[in-house]
Amino acid sequence: MATATSTTGIRRVLRALLIPLLALLSALLAGAVVMILSGDDPMAAYSGLFQGAFGDGKGWARTIRKTIPFVLTGLSVALAFKVSLFNIGASGQFVMGSVFAVAVGINFEGLPIFIHLPLALIAGIAGGMLWGAIPGILKVYTGAHEVIVTIMLNYVASLFGGWTVYAGGTQGQTPGPLWDRTAGAISETPDVLHSAQIPWLFGPPYRVHYGVFLALAAAILVWWLIFKTPLGFEMRTVGHNMRAARYAGIRVNFTIILTMALAGGLAGLAGGIETLGLNHKFAPEFGGAVGFDGITVALLGQTHPIGVLLAAFMFGALDGGAATMQFQSGVPADIIQIIQALVLAFVAAPLIIRMIFRLRQQTEQDAGSAVSTSWGGT
Amino acid sequence: MTANSPAQAQQENAGPPKLEVSGITKLFPGVVANKDIDLDLHEGEILALLGENGAGKSTLMNIIYGLYQPTEGQILVDGSTVELHSPRDAIDLGIGMVHQHFQLVPVMSVVDNIMLGSESVDRGLLNREGVSSEIQELADRYNMPVDPNAVIEDLPVGVQQRVEILKALYRKADILILDEPTSVLTPQEIEGLFQVMELLRSQGKSIIFITHKLKEVLRIADRIAVLRRGEMVGEADPATVSQEDLAALMVGRKVTLEVEKEPASAGEVLLQIRDVMAFTDLGEPALRGVSLDVRAGEIVGVAGVQGNGQTELVEVVTGLRPATRGTVLINSVDMTNASPRRITEEGAICHVPEDRHMYGMVDAYSVADNLVLSSYYKRPFSSGLTMNEQAIAQHAEQLVAQFDVRTPSVRTSGASLSGGNQQKMVVAREFGRPIRLLIAAQPTRGIDVGSIEFIHSQIVDKRDEGVAVLLVSYELDEIMALSDRIAVMFHGQISAILPRSQATREKIGLLMAGVSAEDESTTG
Repeated sequence: MATATSTTGIRRVLRALLIPLLALLSALLAGAVVMILSGDDPMAAYSGLFQGAFGDGKGWARTIRKTIPFVLTGLSVALAFKVSLFNIGASGQFVMGSVFAVAVGINFEGLPIFIHLPLALIAGIAGGMLWGAIPGILKVYTGAHEVIVTIMLNYVASLFGGWTVYAGGTQGQTPGPLWDRTAGAISETPDVLHSAQIPWLFGPPYRVHYGVFLALAAAILVWWLIFKTPLGFEMRTVGHNMRAARYAGIRVNFTIILTMALAGGLAGLAGGIETLGLNHKFAPEFGGAVGFDGITVALLGQTHPIGVLLAAFMFGALDGGAATMQFQSGVPADIIQIIQALVLAFVAAPLIIRMIFRLRQQTEQDAGSAVSTSWGGT
Repeated sequence: MTANSPAQAQQENAGPPKLEVSGITKLFPGVVANKDIDLDLHEGEILALLGENGAGKSTLMNIIYGLYQPTEGQILVDGSTVELHSPRDAIDLGIGMVHQHFQLVPVMSVVDNIMLGSESVDRGLLNREGVSSEIQELADRYNMPVDPNAVIEDLPVGVQQRVEILKALYRKADILILDEPTSVLTPQEIEGLFQVMELLRSQGKSIIFITHKLKEVLRIADRIAVLRRGEMVGEADPATVSQEDLAALMVGRKVTLEVEKEPASAGEVLLQIRDVMAFTDLGEPALRGVSLDVRAGEIVGVAGVQGNGQTELVEVVTGLRPATRGTVLINSVDMTNASPRRITEEGAICHVPEDRHMYGMVDAYSVADNLVLSSYYKRPFSSGLTMNEQAIAQHAEQLVAQFDVRTPSVRTSGASLSGGNQQKMVVAREFGRPIRLLIAAQPTRGIDVGSIEFIHSQIVDKRDEGVAVLLVSYELDEIMALSDRIAVMFHGQISAILPRSQATREKIGLLMAGVSAEDESTTG
């Protein structure tokens, strides 16, 4: 009995992994085709990529460093997805988290690290939560679709971030409130105080900070929240069947706003960790591309927290190895972005994958019975 | 009514059947929907195809209509084998189908709908006049009066159905398949439909009448074929067979059709609805001042044709739809527009919703999770921070056994259960806790006779325990069988409340059609 359930469990995991893995494989193959067409050697490129990502300690460090924000923005999108909400706003939430965290991090001199750092991280989370809650509130009270609102708020956040560090103009315009006066014409904040920096786990040249544990903890926490708590049950019920949720007495509106806020908080934490752990300052170019990649990571991870961890690691490795690939094989690192985009295309359109690899429709039985019940007049 | 039996016998000798189905098997992945089915239909015959939901009736008809291809077997029309690749092929062979859910464009006129897909064109323009007069001819010939220029959405359901039948006849159908045609009609409309069917038969048309209602079969059919779990289990002669025999044939065991119950001993008023008004989702008035009392220990049945405000009434009482006026008192506490959870908890009410897939269950959830859908947050299922999966599973095992929900395990997803078992699951969840007021909307919709019997007896048991029951059903038989008092809803209002002893099918039918009690007393 026990073995029977555990084998079906394994089979379920394998089945869940099948499509993402094949999507990744297809994207790599398609990337190879692009390289061949442009006269490059894909074998050399991919070997360089692997070297760069896992070849030595520095490679591993790069991969892990890049993985951290993908985990958190991926979790942000995945969490919203469980409630059938499409959070396209991880990018803006990331920026807001960065700005809020830095604002705390460059002020309050003299605070001990065990107060200052958590405070700055919480500020990052709060900034993201605020930016996530707005689309949630607008959806509930005005019916505005979260996709549109989150996309719009990405622009607002990006411009807001730029304004906070605006260096002032030649005609004496007012500079932004967080601008570093010593930076001259450069638009950026001063360095975060030491008491608000996340300590190194492995210092330079590896530059891996303790944020990696925060990311891991966040994944476990999100998993626990979704699958083990009554709140998670409410969230999943709203996601599956909003009417049944209302019927069951669940506060649907509250759940939607809370979910969007939590999703925003995760992306905001990503921004906070990046600025407090790695960049140690905020500048407009530390923007939210990683927020958009969170969508791909979430989908590649089948919107499951553990899947998101794996997918983020994949993306971390791709980004981590890109520079070495370019150095070793001459293939431009931009090809990695093409591959990442193709992964999204293949994951988002699993039918293509099923067609290419001639997979049996896994839900065939359900489909058949669905057809028969729909004609059965129920 | 059986006067044409000799004619029929004559035809059997004279020529091949109009339609013959031979050895049809249809496999869906993992499901045998039809297994080696033989069936024949003669000219001028009404064949009733009887079976429970999921027995394979609709699959078989969709094969005959060209929507599905059979895995094995063949179809013969007028004695020759035919290949049906699409409904178009079926129409060309004179097969017409009226689906349970009408295939009409609501904003278009009768003429436009009838010629849709086979437009008659005159010098590049639609020939509306020509088609219109053709429709008029058909309408006169088969006694189905209809205004060709009326817009579909303005017509009553019964007339819309007429348009569907005319559409099939306009396409020269000799074989008509009517899929559950009576499910949307009032008793009077059903009688009207049967007269049309008799007229069609007398003019040589052949009809396959799909239903699960035994009374109707005995009233109209020349011959009865019964399907069970995809197999043809027998044919019956309506002149000799009884309802009980048919039910047993359908279900595969003996069933009690009558609900056995003692007279009600009604207590204090538990649900008091006063002058309630509410709107539909589209902002149209749905309830126009509804007042109704339900007492402890009685079943009040709300009869009416679908769409007269019953859905909204249940939603207002359970807190799912705001009342714009009026009050709802549960157990003498004002619960007007209270939250669903407060109503469930303080009112000790349970709600078997009209549409289990829309409200009553989460398809993707396991049976166990579905069984705690409205109590997941309480001990022992939840201890504040975490859910107790073991307690949830134990609770599920117990309810599954008690309410005879047939499922491989409590971890099986709700979606993979049969309709009857899904409904039993919903009933188990709602009945499995202490309640004082039961709101049951269409509690047996789309489920098998065996499950109906079980759920009816559960409802009566609740009543006998002193629970106040508000029953809403579009099946008049269900209302008549269970209710102690019957309220008829028409056009957003309760048009009459009758004690069961004074309620006859005819009286209720007229009230359902909007004929008020005074009209009836003056005319009758």
